[in-house]
Parts: sequence; C-alpha cells; structure tokens
Amino acid sequence: MLIQEQRVLEAEIIALADKHGRKRSALLPILLAIQEKYHYINKFAMQEVAALLDIHPVEVYGVVRFYSFLHAERRGSVMIRMCRSLSCDLAGKDAVARQIENDLGIKFGETTADGRFSLEYAQCLGQCDRGPALLVGDQLHAQVKCSQIHTILEQARAAFGVYPLRHAGVAHSPHFHYDPMAGRAS
Amino acid sequence: MSTKPQDILLGVDVPIDAGLQRAAGGPTQAIIDEVRASGLRGRGGAGFPTATKWQLAKDATGEAKFVVCNADEGEPGTFKDRVLLTERADLVFEGMALAGRAIGASQGIVYLRGEYRYLRAHLESVLSARRDRRVLGTAILGIPGFDFDIEIHMGAGAYVCGEETALIESLEGHRGEPRNRPPFPVNTGFFGQPTIVNNVETLALAARIVHRGGAWFAGFGTPASRGYKLFSVSGDCEKPGVYELPMGIKVMELLELVGGLHAKAVQVGGASGRCISRAEFDRSLCFEDLATGGAIMVIGPGRDMLRVAKNFLEFFVEESCGQCTPCRAGNVALLEGIELLIAGRCSMAHLHELKSLGETMRLTAKCGLGQSSPQAFLSIVEQFSDEVLGQQPRA
Ligand SMILES: Cc1cc2nc3c(=O)[nH]c(=O)nc-3n(C[C@H](O)[C@H](O)[C@H](O)COP(=O)(O)O)c2cc1C
Ligand code: SF4
Ligand code: FES
Repeated sequence: MLIQEQRVLEAEIIALADKHGRKRSALLPILLAIQEKYHYINKFAMQEVAALLDIHPVEVYGVVRFYSFLHAERRGSVMIRMCRSLSCDLAGKDAVARQIENDLGIKFGETTADGRFSLEYAQCLGQCDRGPALLVGDQLHAQVKCSQIHTILEQARAAFGVYPLRHAGVAHSPHFHYDPMAGRAS
Repeated sequence: MSTKPQDILLGVDVPIDAGLQRAAGGPTQAIIDEVRASGLRGRGGAGFPTATKWQLAKDATGEAKFVVCNADEGEPGTFKDRVLLTERADLVFEGMALAGRAIGASQGIVYLRGEYRYLRAHLESVLSARRDRRVLGTAILGIPGFDFDIEIHMGAGAYVCGEETALIESLEGHRGEPRNRPPFPVNTGFFGQPTIVNNVETLALAARIVHRGGAWFAGFGTPASRGYKLFSVSGDCEKPGVYELPMGIKVMELLELVGGLHAKAVQVGGASGRCISRAEFDRSLCFEDLATGGAIMVIGPGRDMLRVAKNFLEFFVEESCGQCTPCRAGNVALLEGIELLIAGRCSMAHLHELKSLGETMRLTAKCGLGQSSPQAFLSIVEQFSDEVLGQQPRA
C-alpha cells in the first residue's frame, strides 16, 4: 500500500469511528464499511481500527476471520454468493452454479483475474420458496435459470460501475426479482 | 370476529398500531398480562413463553434495558421473517415498542442478517415514517415518558449469531460465540443489561394480541401451542411459500395445501430439525409433537436421502463456531460417516458408533447448534436405513 493510500484509508477509518462511536460495539459496522469499500480488510486497516477502539489487533483479526462477509484477503469488487442449501439444491442449483463458472471463467472460491468478480457458495439466503437463489453484491436474484446468468453478470458490471454503463434501466430488469412475496400462498 | 388465518399476520387488512393505541396509555403490566393470556410461545424455534420472558426482564433491574428483534433468520428452509419484514415491518416495530413499554426499555435493536441487506432501505424508511407519525421516538402517541427508538444492526454472515447469546456477543463487537446460560439475557444481556431477544414473528404476533386480546389468540391451536404460526414451505411441492396455519395442523394436511402429497419425506424445522417419512405424516406441527420454527422442506419421490443428509452436515461443519469439541469434531465425523455411506463402505457397527456420537452431541454440545445438528442425520439413517445402507459405489 502506498503511503498516500494509507493516509486516505486512515482518515476514512477515523471518520467511521467518529460516526459509529469509539467503542467495541462499533467494530462490526466499521469493518463492514471497510469491507464494502475496499472488498477486504487489510492488516493496516485492522491495526488502525484496533488502535481507535483501544483493542488488540489480534481481536480484530479474530472477528474478521469469524464472519463470512468479512475478508482478510482481497476479493473482487462484486461478490457473487450462490445458495447451496437444500431447497435450492432440490431446485437445481448445480446446473446454475456450473453456468456461472462457465460465464465467469472461474471456479467457486476464486476471483476473476481483473478483480471484478468473486464467486462463493453461501448457506440458505432465505429465498427457499423461489430457488435457486443468489446474491450479486446486495442484489437478490431468485428462480435463476442458466440462460439468465449472462444477463445478470452484464447487469452487475453495469450497475456496480465495474465498467462504464452500457445498458439503461438496470434496476427494472425482468431478472431482478424484488418481490419477496412471489409464490406466497394466498 | 373472523377466524380466518389471514387475519392474524398476513391478511390484507391487518390494522397497524391498533395494539399500541389500545395499550400504550394503560398500565405496563397489562401488556404482559394480555400476552400471557394468549399463551404465545416464541416463534424462533425454542418456544419459550413470551410473557414469562418479558416479565423476567420487567422485574430485572438495570441501568438500561433492551429489546432485540432477532432477524438473523439463517435456518435453511426458513424465510417467513423475510416476508414479515417486507410486508409487515410496521407490525414488527409495533411489537417491539409494546415490548419496550412492557419491560421499561427505551431502545430496540433489529439484528438483521447480512444476506437481507437489500431490505435495509425499506426498513429504514418504515422506521422514519413511524417517527413522523409519533409511534416511534420520544413521547410516543404523546404519552410522556414513553420513549422508544429502534436501530438496525447488520449481521455479517454467521448462522450461529441467531442463537441469542451469540447474537448479543456479535452486537457487542465480538465473534458470535454462544455464552453459557445461565445467566440469561433477561438479566445479563446486551452490555450486561436486561435484554429480551425475540423472533420477528413473535413480536408481530404480540402486537396483534395486544390489539385483539389474549383470549382471541388462545382460541386457536392446541392446548400447549396456541394460535397460528407461519410456515415456510419449500422443496418438491407445487405451491411453495409462506402459509399461516393453526398450530397442531397435521403434516399431511399441510402437504395437501401446498401440493406435496406425493412426498417421500419432509424435513421439519430446517437443517437442525428432523426428517420424517410417510409413516409419520399424521403427526402434528406444534410444541407437543413436532416442534418447529416453521421450516417445512418437502422431499419428493426419487430423491437421494444421503444427499439430503450430506447437505445438512456440510452446513453444520461450516457454521459451527468451533468453541466446543462435540460440535466442532462431531459434525465432521458425521459428515465422514455420510461419505462412507455414499461410498457403500459403512458397516452396521460403524453406523452404531455414529449414532451414539450423535446422541453424545445432543447431550454435551454447548449450544443449540451442536445439540440439534445430529438430528437430521439420526432421523434419516433411522427412517431410511434400507436406502442408505449397502449403496453401490458411484461413478
Ligand atoms: C444456532 C441457533 C440459531 C438460531 N437462529 C435463530 C434465528 O435466526 N432467529 C430466531 O428468531 N431465533 C433463532 N434461534 C433461537 C434464539 O436463540 C432464541 O431462542 C430466539 O430468538 C428467542 O425468540 P422467541 O422466544 O421469540 O422465539 C437460534 C438458536 C440457535 C441455537
Ligand atoms: S455447539 Fe457448536 S456452535 Fe454451539 S458453542 Fe459449541 S461449537 Fe459453537
Ligand atoms: S435453501 Fe436456498 S435460499 Fe434457502
């Protein structure tokens, strides 16, 4: 990390500590904010946070290692989390998982060479009535079909600014299922 | 007075803040008494009587008290809390305010699982609309001294944080490792202060109960399991979704409703629940019989039960916090056992060893995760022994 980058990160962490309070209970919100912006929490950041909250850096490291949404090693700008729990399995998650690997050119647990996407399995995403389900960043996709993967990835590239916007109207995509009541019994 | 299930939580015309209007100005004990009369038991799975929990927290002394809404919903197969947070957030927050009034807390916290972050903006906007309507914040409904506000705290991807003491550890900025109980959170909770942790559905129901009265709710269900319950139904059925049904409904009746009568097996209670075969489909879904947080996973004919058991054990191996040996090592050993069964290389003697390991875990694990994790395995090898033994090696 360059000195200038460290200075910027340091200032950001101070701002986060001021926002959430310099207390132990602020640790997770601060770490989640760093994770979101930098896609991982490096040693320098852990030390800074530890100093500001007056705890040992090893404590911070222990917390980072505990939660699956926090990473000590760099991840892609967009995290793709595919549910691997039973209902999505019954709904055919394996085929969708294979197609994601094909369209991204990486396996689960890997990050694309350009650092844009990481691919991971997650446990139940709470969308079991409309699996297979996956999260692309914070965006939820349900009842995903293999043929939709390409479009979903293209939308992610556009929506997350990974490269300049090419398609308009991303949020209104037919593949972006926001209606959590779909399929509910009436 | 309607008795249609939709009218309790999921009906189109469920009134908002009617419970708050009715009870906010009265004595705080009356809120707890109404909940006690309803017989409401916690909807997060364990079924602890809600009024008892509230009474303990009310009677406890502390500098501050807290109401925590457990929105960590991580049990595989469960999604009813997501539906409530999306469709009935007002009711959940109303329930929290009533709980706060009842126990004397002025702060509420929603612990929202990281996977539901897409719901956060919606929840924040409901909260701010409530502040505008004076049903949240200081002097709620103009009542001096009735101060209660709610903040949302994000989880970060750990199933065990749904366990109430792990949840509190997480709120305090620690690894989500369950604590020994006792002491219980009602005495020594968030920052050592009296804290009630309740499931999303429990809180929403409390709001309805305070409005309609405990007797109304107690009129449904069974003697030990009053009222209605939300069931999250998924898997091999025609109509998956959330169903609001009376406690005590038989598995068979539920399968008929959801178009799953052909099922070979049903996993009741998610990964930590138990698997039942057709022979048990006349059992009832209630605390007296098949207790559940509401997850019903329908497993259709032709499904491989070892694949089902493996899926659950992989879940527990990944989600165990690793604090205690029975759970940390036990789930790995059970998973290896499943792999032996899949390879067709498990002797009956070894299967017996695995079963007794499962029993040991049930008795000696520190928290509910390790105590319940062997259940799916045990029930599957029990019910489907002829299917799981003597498998031919697969290509
Ligand atoms: C491993 C584990 C995970 C749990 N996850 C949840 C959860 O996601 N939501 C929930 O309400 N309760 C969960 N519980 C139960 C809580 O510990 C606690 O009993 C519950 O939140 C109490 O609320 P209730 O009385 O309203 O049900 C979990 C328990 C264990 C052991
Ligand atoms: S039973 Fe499992 S999850 Fe619970 S404390 Fe022990 S290791 Fe942790
Ligand atoms: S099993 Fe995939 S979302 Fe629940």
